[in-house]
Amino acid sequence: MSLLEIKNLTVEFRTANGPFRAVDSVDMTVEAGDLRAIVGESGSGKSVSMLAMMGLLPWTANITADKMEFDGQDLLKMSARDRRKIIGKDVSMIFQEPMSSLNPCYTVGRQIKEVLRQHTPLTRSERQARAVELMDQVGIPDPAKRLSAFPHQLSGGMSQRVMIAMALACKPKLLIADEPTTALDVTIQAQILDLLIDLQKTEGMALILITHDMGVVAETVDRVSVQYAGQRVEEQEVNALFTDPHHPYTAALLAALPERATGKHLPTIAGVVPGQFDRPKGCLFSPRCAFADDLCHSTQPGKASADLGEALCHHPLKNGQPVSEEPA
Amino acid sequence: MTETSTNSPETTPAPPGPLREFWSYFRENRGAVVGMYIFAAFFIVALIAPLLAPYTPHEQFRDHLLQPPFWQEGGSTKFLLGTDPLGRDMLSRLLFGARFSFFIGVIVVSIASFFGVIIGVIAGFAPKWADTLIMRLMDIILSFPSLLLALVLVAILGPSLINAMIAIALVLQPHFVRLTRAAVLSERTKDYVTAGRVAGAGRLRTMFVTVLPNCLAPIIVQAALSFSSAILDAAALGFLGMGAQPPTPEWGTMLAESREFILRAWWVVTMPGLCILIAVLAINLMGDGLRDALDPKLKRS
Amino acid sequence: MSAPILTAQNLCRHFEVKTGLFGGSHTVRALDGASFDLVPGRTLAVVGESGCGKSTLANLVTMIDTPTSGSFAIDGKDIQPGDELRDKKLRAKVQIVFQNPYGSLNPRQTIGKILMEPLLLNRPDIPADEREKRAREMVELVGLRPEHFNRYPHMFSGGQRQRIAVARALMLEPEILVLDEPVSALDLSIQSQVLNLLTDLQDKFNLAYLFISHDLSVVRHFADDVIVMYLGKPVEQGSKEQVFNAPRHPYTKALMSATPMADPANRVERIKLEGELPSPLNVPVGCAFNPRCWKATDQCRAERPPMSGGDHGFACFHPEGPEQ
Repeated sequence: MSLLEIKNLTVEFRTANGPFRAVDSVDMTVEAGDLRAIVGESGSGKSVSMLAMMGLLPWTANITADKMEFDGQDLLKMSARDRRKIIGKDVSMIFQEPMSSLNPCYTVGRQIKEVLRQHTPLTRSERQARAVELMDQVGIPDPAKRLSAFPHQLSGGMSQRVMIAMALACKPKLLIADEPTTALDVTIQAQILDLLIDLQKTEGMALILITHDMGVVAETVDRVSVQYAGQRVEEQEVNALFTDPHHPYTAALLAALPERATGKHLPTIAGVVPGQFDRPKGCLFSPRCAFADDLCHSTQPGKASADLGEALCHHPLKNGQPVSEEPA
Repeated sequence: MTETSTNSPETTPAPPGPLREFWSYFRENRGAVVGMYIFAAFFIVALIAPLLAPYTPHEQFRDHLLQPPFWQEGGSTKFLLGTDPLGRDMLSRLLFGARFSFFIGVIVVSIASFFGVIIGVIAGFAPKWADTLIMRLMDIILSFPSLLLALVLVAILGPSLINAMIAIALVLQPHFVRLTRAAVLSERTKDYVTAGRVAGAGRLRTMFVTVLPNCLAPIIVQAALSFSSAILDAAALGFLGMGAQPPTPEWGTMLAESREFILRAWWVVTMPGLCILIAVLAINLMGDGLRDALDPKLKRS
Repeated sequence: MSAPILTAQNLCRHFEVKTGLFGGSHTVRALDGASFDLVPGRTLAVVGESGCGKSTLANLVTMIDTPTSGSFAIDGKDIQPGDELRDKKLRAKVQIVFQNPYGSLNPRQTIGKILMEPLLLNRPDIPADEREKRAREMVELVGLRPEHFNRYPHMFSGGQRQRIAVARALMLEPEILVLDEPVSALDLSIQSQVLNLLTDLQDKFNLAYLFISHDLSVVRHFADDVIVMYLGKPVEQGSKEQVFNAPRHPYTKALMSATPMADPANRVERIKLEGELPSPLNVPVGCAFNPRCWKATDQCRAERPPMSGGDHGFACFHPEGPEQ
């Protein structure tokens, strides 16, 4: 049994100008102890799909899915109250802006202990001990003293460590990290990523890293799914993805990395990500794709086979060249 | 790669313009739309009062003193809303009163916002000591009960509609100063202002051409809300005998003139009071809608 | 190599910060002794983490702010600390592109107005129709369409806005362009478009770029020369090849090691820097890097190392590399 299984998840937001589809038929299967990333540019729906799973979207969102199970429990049928028992205990999340994720009115100790109070039967003194232990675990020096610090007294890196401590408080089975290092400096980013990976190993939890940074993906995770304009276009092991991307979007994205540049000019992807008003009829990437033909412009592609990374493409690439395998 | 072969994202229809977006937000607030229609009607009435009114506001019918509205016993359709103690037609006086109220609102808000905005922009850009000086001065004005301050000013200047308007404008103006300064302070640190300076924009241009137009949204909302307080304050001053002087058909003055007949003839007091109530309520509703539509902080995504 | 267009000598910018209620004040050395040349057709990159003084440097070079000490000369014209920078011609030579394309364009102006404003302010001798002609040419030059001329900024995506910002900066025909993290707010696929545009424009107009960035991958691709800064002080500077292939300062080495590379097959053990970035309010005595450095000695904790090494400069007592 998988830890998390999502089939055909679609999220639509009601806006003043008609519905906006942020997530479009996304599948995802996460096993216990997995270390994976969802990578995509802004507007690719990478955060929204996870927020939808956790039930954290505003009421304007319309969520549909064929299947959404966590640890054998059906999240679709669950009441909001039962879901809250799982969220924060078995599934936790950390966010991009550590400074605004902590409540500035309370000490960090109080905020950690609040999580413990909500989800565990620990007594007052046990909570204190556990809070110190957690702070120590995420590498905060002098943890007992730092518990009484207010968020504004901590740097960005320290705040993110506190957020991680809070997320770990109930030994979650799945931790979702939404751009955890984007707001941080490079040297601090390296520290936080190392910490996350160490914790993932020692705690044996699954970690989903949501990011836009290909470098972070390459250096951190085992398996990657690539999202574009709300769709999951490809999913592969990290090494395979970087050596042999199967979806033209992934290929173009990797080619656009400055460190892979050979000449003075970088290869580019022309145009922009489709927005609410200009969604193409066929494949969503077809207006920007170098390999697109009439079929791509008119019909939405299906998934390719697993050894082609389930690429959402009529002509998935193999070693940089399109193969004409009909979608399975 | 192929940069020229794909051009569809460049030519697609642009997202809705600012006016349409404004309207779609404004429309959501039902009360604001109703308020806007009443305000529009109020404006039209003020504009064409001489055409609508059956008589002039000063014409006295000595045979018809304190005649009730037409639906009451003793009323006649000659005077739809009855007459006042001097035999003047209430309807005509109320219609002309709309002119005064609108006039007061426009003039007061213009004066208050014009000076308030200029002082506010200056305070936002001034060195710290000048900023402090201006703001403390505004705090002093704000610390007086507004009507009392207006009363004192009118007492000094002498009671008349013009002086009342000046006094009310002075009382309302600190709100504009504060609001403008706050908006300026948040705008002036933005990159486009710096970019303007690098491009060679002088201080005055930066203040009034670059920054000010981007601060207008909260000022417009404040102007709408001040409009109603101006009408209310002017009516209050008129009621106290310090605003428009009789026989001017100003609503507050009308109230004051007829307050001794309140027990015998309800209409002479109720009608002007209702007019004030409806006008102020409509403008406030509209102001709320404007705030919803213009204030980005309240916008739902 | 042609003669430098801008020469900066030992530029410093210090701020007085009041601490506490009663008068006690504190000096923040936001920028402490930067010397460099900008050469037409070349790109000098300034690299560092937050608080390293790169934005202060950008403000000084664009003359938004004046240096506390040190001087710089543009085109042979000296600018001393405290000079009233009223010379419009000189100012027009340096233009800037900001990081955040959403805040750098006036939302109430159309693209045309935004582009014509610099000309209106600086070149009143140019008639209105010529002004508009130049603005329209610039719109095409940066890869936008003619119909974009009368649109407002909010109708554009981040990448397009950044093109508009570049176009505005070029309207005055500057010789120096300060690029303050021009692509770090953009998505990867858009980033490469903007970088290519900047490369083309540099070739076309022989511009000198001061490229401020925290992204070493972009710098490695884009720059010719590099300055690495840490807490307001340059710690290493030299050509891109020198700095990237043989870094001498431990901080440079750590920074490069910490930057994730998109190559999963070659995962290397990162140099782990202990501790946080110190606050610029409280810079350590001696070498600013000493509390986090694995080579720090008593000398590092006592004295500030001077810039040494000539062509490939570094400020360290125990440099990495060949001499070790």
